[in-house]
Amino acid sequence: MTIKRVVVTGLGALTPIGNDVASYWNSLTAGVSGAGPITKFDASKFRTRFACELKGVDVTQFIPRQEARKMDAFTHYALIATDEAVRDSGLNLDTIDKNKVGVIWGSGIGGLKSFEDEMIDYAKGDGTPRINPFFIVRMIADSASGQISMRYGFRGTNYVTVSACASTNNAIIDAFNYIRLGRLNLCVVGGSEAAVTRAGIGGFNANRALSERNDSPQTASRPYDKDRDGFVLGEGAGSLILEEYEHAQSRGAKIYAELIGGGMSSDAYHITAPHPDGLGAFLGMQDALADAGIDPTEIDYINTHGTSTPIGDPQELKAIYQLFGEHSFKLNISSTKSMTGHLLGAAGAVEAIACIKALEHQLVPPTINHFTDDDEIDSRFNLTFNTAQERSMTTVMSNAFGFGGHNAIVIFRKLS
Amino acid sequence: MSDIAQKVKNIIVEKLGVEESEVTPEASFTNDLGADSLDTVELIMEFEKEFNLPIPDDEAEKISTVGLAIEYLEKNIGK
Repeated sequence: MTIKRVVVTGLGALTPIGNDVASYWNSLTAGVSGAGPITKFDASKFRTRFACELKGVDVTQFIPRQEARKMDAFTHYALIATDEAVRDSGLNLDTIDKNKVGVIWGSGIGGLKSFEDEMIDYAKGDGTPRINPFFIVRMIADSASGQISMRYGFRGTNYVTVSACASTNNAIIDAFNYIRLGRLNLCVVGGSEAAVTRAGIGGFNANRALSERNDSPQTASRPYDKDRDGFVLGEGAGSLILEEYEHAQSRGAKIYAELIGGGMSSDAYHITAPHPDGLGAFLGMQDALADAGIDPTEIDYINTHGTSTPIGDPQELKAIYQLFGEHSFKLNISSTKSMTGHLLGAAGAVEAIACIKALEHQLVPPTINHFTDDDEIDSRFNLTFNTAQERSMTTVMSNAFGFGGHNAIVIFRKLS
Repeated sequence: MSDIAQKVKNIIVEKLGVEESEVTPEASFTNDLGADSLDTVELIMEFEKEFNLPIPDDEAEKISTVGLAIEYLEKNIGK
């Protein structure tokens, strides 16, 4: 069997710092923070009262109101980002073989607000269930990939991956495998999350994962800074069109980059804390390099998981040093979560797009909000602090790690 | 038009996204107003909530048009 090559031919983004790819990329390179006070619910009694919310999204511009009300926000976001990605790909929906187009989507949680609202409503009653018939279909995580398939008639492989914050990278790797094995010609991949809700903020507060810097939301997400105190919850979606190389070439598609490797591992250590020596992260990155068949020195830039938590950030760097050795200090490294916040299951999606745009423009988006060096972090790392850096790049890596110890890493390369 | 009929119409317009002019007494939820089976269940639940009147399943199954809904509600509310 011939192993086929897989390329990226379409991008769509709906993020706290831009509602399409162009505005997202502008904000990323300008160092814009998407954080602000929570507007979606009254957070006055919560430890954390800010998040990276989406701004000015008109769902009904993309989805008829009657359809939209049967979906959770995370599905709205999925459809909106995919609308841009499909348009961007220039696919002719009338001529492609839709039976060979899959949709593999990532979401860490699914329809959290739908679950919350329905149960709060139920709890107000006398115990008689009056559950809305659309409750389950709004809530379940796979409704996102299902809705995308229905909108376009894509009848290939279809499901949602759930591995917390690694979800989208798992989706990308699965699609990569199906396409390189010749099982699919194309696959819509990506992820969406809409967890800025009472349960989302309250739950992550309870396990002490979130920053509580309420007096300065915009500087709260500060990966690698000495005073980082947790992640900032974000929401939104990213969508990518993965396509078999010759299929893309034969239709004259614009090719952003080639997907050359995917690596996965598990920490097998703790449900929330990463392995203290970064073992899972190391194994996952090693697996990705092996899959791509490249040497560590070929990587130019790593978009890290870097969530701005006290223990997570240094461990990832430890793993990078262990794998890349002295090359670690020649890499550009950045955490774009400093700007977008942490989109949980959609993080891999928007960060893959950041990597691909970085390759396209030969410009590394920064880690903003660096104020004070941390003694725990080797100062020889180039963490791209505060301003974007121009760099000649051919190969970039995107890391995503999730609660549960899931690690999924993807590698993109500029098409030569 | 009775108060009940107007409220029923409003619910149908809101939930099914149809024009009020389409919501005639003869209009069938599924054949004329584009509802699927889940939409129909939701409509019945909305009627129950609006009029604070539990509708037994065997009765609900018979309510397939706008007119039948209004008729059932007018007959049973305040009983």
